[in-house]
Amino acid sequence: MKNILKLTLTILSALVALTSCNNSGKSDSRSGALAGNVAEKVYVAPGEHDEFYAFISGGFSGQLSVYGLPSGRLFKVIPVFSQDAEKAYGYNEETKPMLNTSHGFVPWDDSHHPDISQTGGEIDGRWIFINGNNTPRIAKIDLSTFETTEIIEVPNSAGNHSSSFVTENTEYVVAGTRFSVPVPQKDMPISEYKGNFKGALSFISVDPEHGHMDIKFQLIMPGFDYDLSHPGRGKSHGWFFFTTYNSEEASTLLEVNASQNDKDFIAAVNWKKIEEYVNNGGGTMVPANYAHNIYDEDTHTATSTMKKEVLTVNPLDVPGAVYFLPTPKSPHGCDVDPTGEYIVGNGKLSANLTVHSFTKMLDAIENKKFAGDAYGIPILNFEDVLAGSVEQPGLGPLHTEFDGKGNAYTTFFISSEVVKWKLGTWEVVDRQPCYYSVGHLMIPGGNSQKPWGKYVVAMNKITKDRYLPTGPEVTQSAQLYDISGDKMELLLDFPTIGEPHYAAGCPADLIKPRSKKIFKLEDNKHPFAAKSEADTKVVRDGKTVHIYMTMIRSHFSPDNIEGIKVGDKVYFHVTNLEQDYDVPHGVSMIGANTSELLIMPGQTETFLWEPKQEGVWPFYCTDFCSALHQEMQGYVRVSPTNANTPLKWSLGEDIE
Amino acid sequence: MKKSNIIMLIAALLPLGLFLFPLWRITLEAPQYPIPLAMNIHINDFSDVHPHDIKNINLMNHYVGMKYIPEAIPEFKIFPAGIIITTFIGLIIAFKGNYKWFLYWFVLMVLLSSAGMYDFYIWEHDYGHNLDPKAIMKFTNPDGTVMGFQPPLFGSKDILNFRAHSYPRLGALFLGLGIAMSLFAYFVGKKHYKNS
Ligand SMILES: [Cu+2]
Repeated sequence: MKNILKLTLTILSALVALTSCNNSGKSDSRSGALAGNVAEKVYVAPGEHDEFYAFISGGFSGQLSVYGLPSGRLFKVIPVFSQDAEKAYGYNEETKPMLNTSHGFVPWDDSHHPDISQTGGEIDGRWIFINGNNTPRIAKIDLSTFETTEIIEVPNSAGNHSSSFVTENTEYVVAGTRFSVPVPQKDMPISEYKGNFKGALSFISVDPEHGHMDIKFQLIMPGFDYDLSHPGRGKSHGWFFFTTYNSEEASTLLEVNASQNDKDFIAAVNWKKIEEYVNNGGGTMVPANYAHNIYDEDTHTATSTMKKEVLTVNPLDVPGAVYFLPTPKSPHGCDVDPTGEYIVGNGKLSANLTVHSFTKMLDAIENKKFAGDAYGIPILNFEDVLAGSVEQPGLGPLHTEFDGKGNAYTTFFISSEVVKWKLGTWEVVDRQPCYYSVGHLMIPGGNSQKPWGKYVVAMNKITKDRYLPTGPEVTQSAQLYDISGDKMELLLDFPTIGEPHYAAGCPADLIKPRSKKIFKLEDNKHPFAAKSEADTKVVRDGKTVHIYMTMIRSHFSPDNIEGIKVGDKVYFHVTNLEQDYDVPHGVSMIGANTSELLIMPGQTETFLWEPKQEGVWPFYCTDFCSALHQEMQGYVRVSPTNANTPLKWSLGEDIE
Repeated sequence: MKKSNIIMLIAALLPLGLFLFPLWRITLEAPQYPIPLAMNIHINDFSDVHPHDIKNINLMNHYVGMKYIPEAIPEFKIFPAGIIITTFIGLIIAFKGNYKWFLYWFVLMVLLSSAGMYDFYIWEHDYGHNLDPKAIMKFTNPDGTVMGFQPPLFGSKDILNFRAHSYPRLGALFLGLGIAMSLFAYFVGKKHYKNS
């Protein structure tokens, strides 16, 4: 049976490959004459700005990249879960705590799904959240500074994949576990997975004022794999939907063993009901150990706090809060349309696209039409909740986004295309090939009640012949399609950082006016800040030396330091005195086992230098800052450990 | 009260607008400053047009050895006192004086304003020419003399990579209107005198 399925898939892919060749042939002939026209649609003239921001996940780079649409220009790679030597993130003393976890300092992760905060179901452009998949974490990035300002680790979780999607007033960011694990973790035979492993769905509350995150509760679900999720919206606000696979609860050779059931489930979670239960004292507080890291913009410093307990909820204790909607076959994407009525479950192995109806779901629940239960959680009848299906739209459906005009766009991984279809009639309207093996797609505002249905970005895993070759590894890529007309039109290919998983986008005008240009020096509350050259000093405390240093065009103060000894721990606390937009300075010290610091106007950053050899060692500005950037340099004299060279520092005069 | 005296009353009060609005503005444009650097000159203060403009002007100017723009200059005490005194005199004239006094006040104001402008020019000249001999960068004019960086007294001018603009602001308009109105009051008063 499995072999037949594989064979059919192979033949089908071959056929589709042929048809897509035809398609591409057609689009080539079209683009030949109109190529200029297409180029104009993505052309953003020098000095002009893009219309949209696109935040594209960095996948295994652990970061988040910022692009402009329609130009596809890369503006920034925001370091989130991985150290970044370019920005000293995770290297300087201030941001090291951001990467602290219960497993210690973990300077890498696999970042998947960015989602922008919402108010009233519309994107508000305040923060963007993204999940760390490998060591379960959720990060919050402040869109006024484009810096990661908070990371919370998620306990009892593994493979934090069905996250980080936000509810329509950013009440919660959700973190669903892809892998079920023993809860709490313990040493036990893997073969005893079934019935013993659990899947935690974490609801992380977001403080409406500061955005501070806190795990409000964890729903401890049966041991399936929770793949993706989307919040209900509009009429289904208050619900969250999670696709599952491996409802077989296999623990080995999942490609076979987790593909046995004809249908897996979409778990529908009424979080409002659970929230009420929890607010009334429900749930069980259990011991846990997870890091909560917060970056303070006034002290320019992060702190990491280990949290020791978490509130768990057994779904059986809150009747009516969780239901399973049978969905064929190993559904991956879980997407809710802007009205909140349709829940699209993209069965990876299914020939058809399954769409559930929220109204029908409520009706079936009301009339208690259950097909049975799984570990006590009611399973609804497939037919009772089915709104309709799109028949044979392509191969390997993954993800769906909506244009707000009644159309849905679904990516097909195997047949490598974007297919446009109509909600309600379920008919396929248009299709366009991708180059190649497309995963997610994104329409700006796609995960809200108000999509800006002008462009869709498809994110591809493979690019082969699309770009100049660069050895065995070729860049992953995004493709931009114009969807403003009846037919989609491919406008642009552009390379991406890491493997792009998902993206979030919004009009530039939501973020641009709030973008921070400098940090005000008078607001700098860093404990080691020197706010003027008069405040600079060098302080010895045993074998630890603190240098309070400043930088301004084009010198450091002090720039001559003596009295440092081999074996000292020397902290350079460097404050950038500039108050002008886009005038950072850098600093690095020979032999320092860290990265350079790139310090923004008004900011203080710190790096640790442990001199191991005596001598006179230079430091210099690493960012070309001014006409006299090359002169922006200084020396530290390092004496033997037992020397009694007095501690001295100066600027503009010889020390001796 | 006669019509001319009422006009003179307004004329005497208008220069007080200098305490509400800036007198002058110097703007420096360059490609690397999409938002130009600019400073307002008030009757008693220099101020940033955008946050930190003066700090950034100082930072930039130090390359050619220009001094930092001072926090305060003696004129910030003299000018406000001058305006208060002349307004006071103007008010007395408006209530007590005949039309001829309006003309005297007008002449007084023109003289004082000219003196103020001259003082401003001297200050600008010193600021733009009295350079630090250890300046990082030295520029000479085509004739070999040391290049100055004096902003224009009025109008626009290229200084190295900058285009400098120097123009009056609302405060100056109030002063100018006040002066002009005193002249107008004089003519109205004169006409009235001849008719009666
Ligand atoms: Cu520098």
